[in-house]
Amino acid sequence: MYVAVKGGESAIAASRALVDAARRGDTALAPLAVAQVQSQMGLAVSRVMAEASLHDPELAALALLQAQGDVVEATFLLRAYRTTLPRLASTEPVDTDAMRARRRVSAIFKDLPGGQLLGPSYDYTQRLLDFSLLRGGRGERSNAPTAQATTALRQADTDGDDIPNALAMLAAEDLVEASAPSPGDPVPPDITRDPPRYPLARTGRLQMLARADEGWLLGLAYSTQRGYAQSHPFVGDVRFGSVSLSLVPDELDFAIEIGEIELTECQMVNQFAGSDGAPPQFTLGYGLVFGHGERKAMAMSLVDRALRTDEFDELAEVPAQDQEFVLAQGDNVEASGFVQHLKLPHYVTFESELQLIRQLRAEHQARQRAGAEEEHEGASQGAQG
Amino acid sequence: MRTSTATPERSGSDAQAEGYNYAYLDERTKRMLRRALLKAVAIPGHQVPFGSREMPLAYGWGTGGIQVTAAVIGRGDVLKVIDQGSDDTTNAVNIREFFARTTGIATTTRTTEATVIQTRHRIPETPLREGQIMVYQVPQPEPLYKLEPRRAETLGLHAVEEYGLMNVKLYEDIAQWGHVETTSDYPVRVNGRYIASPSPIPAFDNPKMNLMPALQLFGAGREKRLYAIPPYTPVQSLDFEDHPFTVKTQGEACALCGCTTSFLDEIATEDGATLWTCSDTDWCEQQQAIRPTEGEPR
Repeated sequence: MYVAVKGGESAIAASRALVDAARRGDTALAPLAVAQVQSQMGLAVSRVMAEASLHDPELAALALLQAQGDVVEATFLLRAYRTTLPRLASTEPVDTDAMRARRRVSAIFKDLPGGQLLGPSYDYTQRLLDFSLLRGGRGERSNAPTAQATTALRQADTDGDDIPNALAMLAAEDLVEASAPSPGDPVPPDITRDPPRYPLARTGRLQMLARADEGWLLGLAYSTQRGYAQSHPFVGDVRFGSVSLSLVPDELDFAIEIGEIELTECQMVNQFAGSDGAPPQFTLGYGLVFGHGERKAMAMSLVDRALRTDEFDELAEVPAQDQEFVLAQGDNVEASGFVQHLKLPHYVTFESELQLIRQLRAEHQARQRAGAEEEHEGASQGAQG
Repeated sequence: MRTSTATPERSGSDAQAEGYNYAYLDERTKRMLRRALLKAVAIPGHQVPFGSREMPLAYGWGTGGIQVTAAVIGRGDVLKVIDQGSDDTTNAVNIREFFARTTGIATTTRTTEATVIQTRHRIPETPLREGQIMVYQVPQPEPLYKLEPRRAETLGLHAVEEYGLMNVKLYEDIAQWGHVETTSDYPVRVNGRYIASPSPIPAFDNPKMNLMPALQLFGAGREKRLYAIPPYTPVQSLDFEDHPFTVKTQGEACALCGCTTSFLDEIATEDGATLWTCSDTDWCEQQQAIRPTEGEPR
């Protein structure tokens, strides 16, 4: 006799063993080291740090390796670790003007204080597959940075001067809104501790956007460019590099530097015609993510601007302006879990549906039969008459 | 605090998982959960927001139920975990193993021996008793979400007890189909006040929630909401005077134990026939013990 599915325990153990084997891959090849992933898959490491909202390149690399390169799975691993960490202190706000930028671009000025710094970017790589990598790359010798690149790196890294925000000049003339702290600063709510309650203030929205799925934000940002929102954006300032972190310990009354993290920041300028109370002024969208993630930072800044409808008396008419739609669906750990939970057994719920549909079909057939008989009776009566 | 007459099986080792707190969560998180649970018990059926944590199991796979269980489970407790009524489905096995590993407490498959029962999609057929805790895994705690997806709106509807949307939905179902077309997660009114989701249990199980002697706790991890039904609370499945809520058995008998009153799984066999068996595997074993010869095909 058929016995209902049993032996879940051994099946799970076998499945875990298969995952381990699949991750290791061909044992004739050397295994990847975490340090290699951290150093050579930096953009994937950045994305995992950003979406897990934990700046730790080594653990992000470990998560990527453990997840066979599945970014959402790696994010989940790192999040589940992050949630066990104690909150020791809050740092002082970071000063991105003082960022040791490896890249900084403004699209609204030809040149500006701090200069344009192309830095490492795929923007002008011609997207041709480099088949030499199949043969192990171009060899150690030619892999060394050229004199030109070394000079550029040194300039970027050693320049101790601040790179003022590209919008500072415009802000001084009141042509662009000032970047004022949100209400609630300097202690904003922590969305990982206080469940978000909508409508959410901008400080909470930015936290959720910063760890939202890059693909989700990219699509929403793109929608604002294709007519699903009135937007006319310009990249005011996008930069990537290291910033110092400092905090004021309880025992001291001054800040001490405790380390540095890598950030990508984007300030997106948007047109704004002004309202009854406000003279015409450019408005801003803001994006900030851990690591090197320009696509995400730019998308975030577009979506941030779209969500600021309440501040500018705009009607929320399109998906990108609907904060419950944008924010509550944007977390890929939540979304991935819930979409994939459909794999779990649902046979009890399905059985209930089966019963109902059988009953409805039986009732439908009975009605049709009754209808056909009536018609038949009517027809035979007509023939008799 | 709790005693069990039987001797439930012990998980491999008494020691809990190294490097982790008892029942995985840190004590401050448990305190936050317990505060939310106390509020939930005080306002039956009301959804209480809580600081849901990322768990080492995926969202949608029982993270809310796991957090609730972790917050209430003590060293003297005996845990049972079921999914679709069965202790042997992979997700139930995994969650039971998770708690065995992180608490070292005893687990069981017997409903009568358990002090805490975490469930997905079923309520055991064996009537529950005082002192037991039912922990439901809830995917969607907001019963109105298909009618109004904005939680900022539904919060207000619950606050002023404005449930017209739900009544219209049920009415339209009856007008169109002759029946309410909801067969699981059938909405209930708790203590005559809040409309709540019973979690996706079949409507067949809804009557068991009414005046249940056990404490019923509901956890929705991804949605960050908890709610509760204290023991002996009236729980009414929504209906109309002229269309009262009813449940029917499936009109079949379990092929293993012969039971005709339990909820049955419909299993397609290789020869194209249909086999009906109790969804509640523990219940089925009890019935087989009582009636060892009945239902045994010869």
